[in-house]
Amino acid sequence: MTRSHPTPEQLLARRHAADRRFRLYGLAGLGIAMVALVLLLGTMLLQGWGVLLQARLTLPIQFDPALVDPKGDRSPASLAMGDYRVLVSRALQEALPEVKERAQRRTLGKLMSDGASYQLQEMVLANPALVGTQQQVSLAASDDVDMWLKGTVSKDIPENQRRITDAQAGWIATLEKAGALGLEFNSDFFTRGDSRDPEMAGVLGAIKGSFLALVVTFLISFPLGVATAVYLEEYAVKGRWADFIEVNINNLAAVPSIVFGLLGLALFLNFMHMPRSAPLVGGLTLALMTLPTLVIATRSALRSVPQAIRDGARALGASPLQVVLHHVLPLAVPGMLTGSIIGMARALGETAPLLLIGMVAFIMDVPDGFTDPATALPVQIFLWADSPERAFLEKTAGATLVLLGFLLAMNGLAVLLRHRFERRW
Amino acid sequence: MTLSLTTEPDMERATPQGLIHPGPAGNQASNPVKVDSERVSVFYEGKQALNNVSLEVQERRVTALIGPSGCGKSTYLRCLNRMNDTILNCRVTGSIRLDGQDIHEPTVDVVQLRARVGMVFQKPNPFPKSIFDNIAYGPRIHGLFRHRDELDGIVENSLMKAGLWNEVKDRLQEMGTGLSGGQQQRLCIARAIAVNPEVLLMDEPCSALDPIATARIEELIDELSTNYTIVIVTHSMQQAARVSHFTGFFHMGDLVEFDSTERIFTNPRQERTKDYITGRFG
Repeated sequence: MTRSHPTPEQLLARRHAADRRFRLYGLAGLGIAMVALVLLLGTMLLQGWGVLLQARLTLPIQFDPALVDPKGDRSPASLAMGDYRVLVSRALQEALPEVKERAQRRTLGKLMSDGASYQLQEMVLANPALVGTQQQVSLAASDDVDMWLKGTVSKDIPENQRRITDAQAGWIATLEKAGALGLEFNSDFFTRGDSRDPEMAGVLGAIKGSFLALVVTFLISFPLGVATAVYLEEYAVKGRWADFIEVNINNLAAVPSIVFGLLGLALFLNFMHMPRSAPLVGGLTLALMTLPTLVIATRSALRSVPQAIRDGARALGASPLQVVLHHVLPLAVPGMLTGSIIGMARALGETAPLLLIGMVAFIMDVPDGFTDPATALPVQIFLWADSPERAFLEKTAGATLVLLGFLLAMNGLAVLLRHRFERRW
Repeated sequence: MTLSLTTEPDMERATPQGLIHPGPAGNQASNPVKVDSERVSVFYEGKQALNNVSLEVQERRVTALIGPSGCGKSTYLRCLNRMNDTILNCRVTGSIRLDGQDIHEPTVDVVQLRARVGMVFQKPNPFPKSIFDNIAYGPRIHGLFRHRDELDGIVENSLMKAGLWNEVKDRLQEMGTGLSGGQQQRLCIARAIAVNPEVLLMDEPCSALDPIATARIEELIDELSTNYTIVIVTHSMQQAARVSHFTGFFHMGDLVEFDSTERIFTNPRQERTKDYITGRFG
């Protein structure tokens, strides 16, 4: 028996069915992607919202000259030597006079961040007139108190498994009731560098490190990439050599970023002896990585400029350089900008090459220049995710949100620029 | 070049292709030769696209090049301002002389050559700039003016000559790409004549336009021929008949026949020309 062929009506019905199925597949794919995105962002927001708040103790601090200024001359050297820890513990004891026993006083001191004494020292160094006065000062509480207040850790588990003892929990309640302890906006997170203490750790150092590195990356890779692309696309004689170079550039774009890190390590650190951990070197390494992508993006932007425009300019007697500068480049600008911003966004999110050139070091200071030791946002995330303290979990999520925010802003800028320049057509 | 015209008077308007250009007064008094090409051959990647073409373009006359697709007429046209230079693996042999000077001589600057030999393309290709800047571009890069007023004059004059002034004089700062197809092509013509070329090459300038815009361009070509030497490539035999004084028929890389337009359309010497004119192939 031979198979009968479908009638035209059956064929038509099948074609429509195939169409509908295809659309459903597309919608399903999109749906899955959206769910994944919502889950990712949702988890990050749930875990990371807490970085906006920080448990702080507001206590009257007596800046006792005997403790703060051991030499008595108000010189920065003398003020730097002062014993600020005692100031903190005295203030705590005054707030909770019922705690008398020595061991108990030590556990009471654990409510305060180790960074609190540094904070007082910074205050006094910035303003020596504080010595001898009494001030209401808001000091960071320890990460354990912070998590206790935010409810990050359960309060129902047995005492011997908790970081906060029952006694400490009682003091926390007393202090809260007195209005001395509470969650406040955590400006430290946005104004400080890294720290061993989660409550004192901030992303500003990483943000500045990333920013400085990206400036270097852009300054190196944009002009170089555009010039390379213009030469290859508009000047180079097409032939075996051009093909060879094109294949190589495409391959370079696919090279794993850690290999570029090795190249940066060998070239910039071992051979050229540039400073380790510096945004300058990070930026140069990321520029090596971004360059092939940028060349490819720029070439395709140049290629999308209609040949008729080049012919028109040439026929009017424009020189090759005039054809490029007056006509081709202005039309290729949206594509070039989009390509380079997306390349920059990739560089911003890149971690591996930076590990190899030492930007993974623990650096507390916010970098001020291109040669200061620094770290970068994704590396900071990596470092915090690796830290044993539970409170760093929140910081990790917070830093991730900051990174995602920057990436979103950069991609938004790319869309905006493209939209803006494309109106010229 | 000799022009032996043996046109019978009754043939003048009687061909099926329509009106034939009346041609220059007298026709016997030929104008001086502007572009003289001798045994021009073009090879694309070793394949011969043009085979020993020799023809003379007369000054201030319209010379039409006709023939079926791929016959080499555009290739020949692009030799005259050396636009083929930019094409990879393209080799041009033979000699092309503009006012007696070989344009392939090393002393000839191709940028200067293209200022003297302007070109209008098949598809209107205004720059994505204002109408004013489109026209002003050539004069600017060649330094053809001293003051802004002069530039304004050049722009106005070019647009006048291209018959576009009245339509665009109030919106010179608008984008050239916002004009209609026919206007865009006239803008391109104005742009080409703004650098005051001696020769104007037109590569199927009407093939992307509607009949009304085409008629407008043809009128314009006629007007421009009093000042410029025009070489026009066209698909349309009717157009060649309407606008040109001389016509060359190309076929498969050969220049089959070159003569006055009247002669080509009424009494061609070659069998192939006759077959093409009467629509037997092409």
